[in-house]
Amino acid sequence: MLDKIGIAKRISQELSDGWYVNLGIGIPTLVANYVPEGMNVEFQSENGILGMGPFPFEGEEDADYINAGKQTVTIKPGGSIFDSATSFAMIRGKHIQMTVLGAMEVAQNGDIANWKIPGKMVKGMGGAMDLVASSDNIIVAMMHTNKRGKSKLLKSCSLPLTGVACVKKIVTNLAVLEITDKGFLLKERAPGVSVEDIQNATEGHLIVEGDIPEMTGVAV
Amino acid sequence: MNKIVASAAKAIEGIQDDMTIMLGGFGLCGIPENCIQALVALGVKNLTCISNNAGVDDFGLGLLLQKRQIKKMISSYVGENDEFERQMLSGELEVDLIPQGSLASRCQAGGAGVPAFYTPAGYGTEVAAGKEVRYFDGKPHILESALTADFAIVKAWKGDRYGNLVYKGTARNFNPVMAMAGKITIAEVEELVEPGELDPNFVHTPGIFIQRIFQGDTFEKRIEQRTVRTKEV
Repeated sequence: MLDKIGIAKRISQELSDGWYVNLGIGIPTLVANYVPEGMNVEFQSENGILGMGPFPFEGEEDADYINAGKQTVTIKPGGSIFDSATSFAMIRGKHIQMTVLGAMEVAQNGDIANWKIPGKMVKGMGGAMDLVASSDNIIVAMMHTNKRGKSKLLKSCSLPLTGVACVKKIVTNLAVLEITDKGFLLKERAPGVSVEDIQNATEGHLIVEGDIPEMTGVAV
Repeated sequence: MNKIVASAAKAIEGIQDDMTIMLGGFGLCGIPENCIQALVALGVKNLTCISNNAGVDDFGLGLLLQKRQIKKMISSYVGENDEFERQMLSGELEVDLIPQGSLASRCQAGGAGVPAFYTPAGYGTEVAAGKEVRYFDGKPHILESALTADFAIVKAWKGDRYGNLVYKGTARNFNPVMAMAGKITIAEVEELVEPGELDPNFVHTPGIFIQRIFQGDTFEKRIEQRTVRTKEV
């Protein structure tokens, strides 16, 4: 089974040289720490940064330089800053090659819910609806089950949707899955996790074809 | 041309109960903190505030929420404010949550004389309820209308008496698009400079969008999530 870092490491294997990538808050942010050596990937933060760098050194943090998670960050040489309309022109205009975000639920047709629990938690969608409506390459990073042990990979979402039929791939603590016309196609197992474990944790239709390989390069 | 006013209190003259106000900023970054304090002191009520976020409990728009001065919020993300969540879930506060890109584009459209536009964001979700759907290249889009405001209040790094503005870092965010969309737009700046000191090639908001400008007394610039790394020895 993977921890959050393992999930981030596995997603980093999806990166390609020269890509612009938007990372959501939480596990997705960790992906930036595991860009394969020699690969040039630029991170976009939707509050207005291309070329987001690491956290500042202690004492050098500046309230005027934050990421979309409101964390103090730096800008790399070659980076740029822009307003929110320009930022979402990049996103909706398909200039970003990969989007990674978290989710509360994903349905087997690629629907995603991650912004609201009616009557309980209403934080808002932020930029997530724009991101999932536009990107061709959406990867969800999340735990396979919620805190009560219930599957987050469902036949259909029960929570208000963020986007419709948009998720392409899911990386969880248990597995890598792709969304297909017929449901969740199991691609890889986390180390030490059996197909049966994954089946038990998946409420939606799970497709298992042939031998399912174990993930590599995810050891902490 | 001289748009300089003496203070935040002077800048917000004319803001009345029931008005719609846009406020720039992302989280607590690039918010017009001097004008927010002046609005608290003025005590105007029943405001509709258009702002990406709602501040935190004791800073930014949270100060106006504490005093129950806001009737309605139009925002994209409000997760950092317990008082906001309480007022919203109890029904005291009306809230219109909209996708962040749609919010930016709706302000920009309002300022640019474009009454509405189609966007893919929010199709098939609650956000699309009651909105026209139209297909372009086989893909569904929803019709979103422009946003304008009685007053827009933005925060910039430097500005001159013509109203030309330069922002610093990610404090730019929503400020340039909201500057365009106010019937009256107020700019509070950290530093007022003489005309000519801002290189015209690098002006972010041209002065035409600004009606009033002043230098803020103090800028606390609170950090929401202080994240740092330690220097390797």
